[in-house]
Amino acid sequence: MSSVAIPSRFARLRNPSALPGFGLTLGFTLFYLSAIVLLPLTALLLKPWTMGWDGFVAAITEPRVLASLKLSFGGAAIAALVNAVFGLIVAWALTRYRFPGKRLFDALVDLPFALPTAVAGIALSALYAPNGWLGGPLSLLGVKIAFTPAGVIVALIFIGLPFVVRTLQPVIADMSEEAEEAAATLGATRWQTLRRVVLPALTPALVTGTGLAFARAVGEYGSLIFIAGNLPMKSEIAPLLIIIKLQQYDYTGAAAIGLVMLAASFVIILALNLFQSLLAARR
Amino acid sequence: MKKIHALVAAAVLFAAGSAQAADVTLLNVSYDPTRELYKNVNAAFAAEWKAKTGDNVTINQSHGGSGAQARAVIDGLDADVVTLALAYDIDAIAQKAQLLPAGWQKRLPDNSTPYTSTIVFLVRKGNPWKIKDWPDLVKPGIHVITPNPKTSGGARWAYLAAWAYAEKKAGGSKDAAKEFVRQIYAHVPVLDAGARGATTNFAQRGIGDVLLSWENEAHLALKEEPGKFDIVYPSNSILAEPPVAVVDKNVDRHGTRKAAEAYLQFLYSKKGQEIEAQNFYRPRDAAILAAHARDFPNIPLYTIDDVFGGWTKAQATHFADGGVFDQIYKPSK
Repeated sequence: MSSVAIPSRFARLRNPSALPGFGLTLGFTLFYLSAIVLLPLTALLLKPWTMGWDGFVAAITEPRVLASLKLSFGGAAIAALVNAVFGLIVAWALTRYRFPGKRLFDALVDLPFALPTAVAGIALSALYAPNGWLGGPLSLLGVKIAFTPAGVIVALIFIGLPFVVRTLQPVIADMSEEAEEAAATLGATRWQTLRRVVLPALTPALVTGTGLAFARAVGEYGSLIFIAGNLPMKSEIAPLLIIIKLQQYDYTGAAAIGLVMLAASFVIILALNLFQSLLAARR
Repeated sequence: MKKIHALVAAAVLFAAGSAQAADVTLLNVSYDPTRELYKNVNAAFAAEWKAKTGDNVTINQSHGGSGAQARAVIDGLDADVVTLALAYDIDAIAQKAQLLPAGWQKRLPDNSTPYTSTIVFLVRKGNPWKIKDWPDLVKPGIHVITPNPKTSGGARWAYLAAWAYAEKKAGGSKDAAKEFVRQIYAHVPVLDAGARGATTNFAQRGIGDVLLSWENEAHLALKEEPGKFDIVYPSNSILAEPPVAVVDKNVDRHGTRKAAEAYLQFLYSKKGQEIEAQNFYRPRDAAILAAHARDFPNIPLYTIDDVFGGWTKAQATHFADGGVFDQIYKPSK
């Protein structure tokens, strides 16, 4: 077979890059992703169908399951949005300015990564409980945080913060200050500079960071069971319901909720990625 | 020269001795609050086994929520013996993994439960809300702490104790019991996953006015933080029977059946019963129970067979998906 006969799209596959090692690295990537990610997920994909489509629909449309999914996804979304705003400010301050103790603050950002989530949950519930340092004064004002859905959001904000800050920091560091100075000399107000120059450059990273924080928060279990209150229909998170189903040897029911969470997370992350490539294409 | 002979003789004897003494390892898979109990039991049993057979026995302990522990054994945790919070969990091991025969509970005396316990109220010192009996739990403003019966064995006993009270009292009925239990859970602000978590919320976080607790956990809380709590015994409660069993398939594979069976027999011996009483579990032995009568007030205790027709039935009616406990939390339309 002469090389002339090969249609162009096969040629592209055969020789996609001038760099050597394509076959080896692609093979390794496929194997690695399959073994580490796809294999366990396939098991999850197959399990729920043993109860049939009707059983599956009945299992996931139960009011209690819907309420818990709403809390897990809604809480994660609110926490991610809060982190998007305040994480941006934190990342900006930590990258752009110099102040005493900066390194210390910078290191603090990583703590939620490193801390076992159960420890975070116990610490937060002790802090926000009606007899805690923050919970005490708050309860006098009639505000309850621990053991309510608000506690869930507080804990999710805590664990999500580093995702936003750490994705934004390198982008902010790479951004040239000249662009902002140029905007200023051309007569832009500070608000215009922020809106037209700074934010567009940061948006892709901000979306990624927020998406990561969201994805991390949806499946959170360890810290939440200590602070959520776990009341059915009120403060029960979806992962806890999965554990409860497992406890009753209802493996298929547990897998059904798991599958819904997986599908929803996948769609949301995919949408974020698409949005990002759209942004990149427009620039 | 003589000295050297003696040394050699001693060395030979020692080598011979250690060659004969076998090392046996057992894994006891148990539920949460028995940590302290089995630490003491294991030490005493190892000493007795050594004296009797010359073998060294090491007993490893694994603790966690009763249901989660049963699931771990089903999924392959290599337990030689299981000592769980309720018979239903060992039934599940027998049914789902066939690691022991279905009639396991008949193999040892007293439904295979060497010790019993019950559910009591733990209240704050001086009992400021004057909580004396079950109806006091549903008075306005009272917050009750109890874990989720779906995940906690102790919580299931507490639920059944409340139900038994309301069904068996004068003029009681199943409907009245359902309504009473619903009211109790309407007074529960936090539904923890396990007994220890609920105790922590009550004792450390100051949540709630009364904790529905295992009797031994309540005594432990009193011992660890004296002057903070009082134990209240309601007018009646439930006879909680946490059973024990040898896991046949596992011990036969390990060759540890003899030691495992002796270990469970030890729980029924005078020495074992005394240790259980010291750890605030009610011993079956009448004499030892009488000696510790101060710790175990004599209140009427309903059995699960009398009121609920056994665990399998109670589980299916009350705690299975769509059961009574789920109905309690159904949003009213």
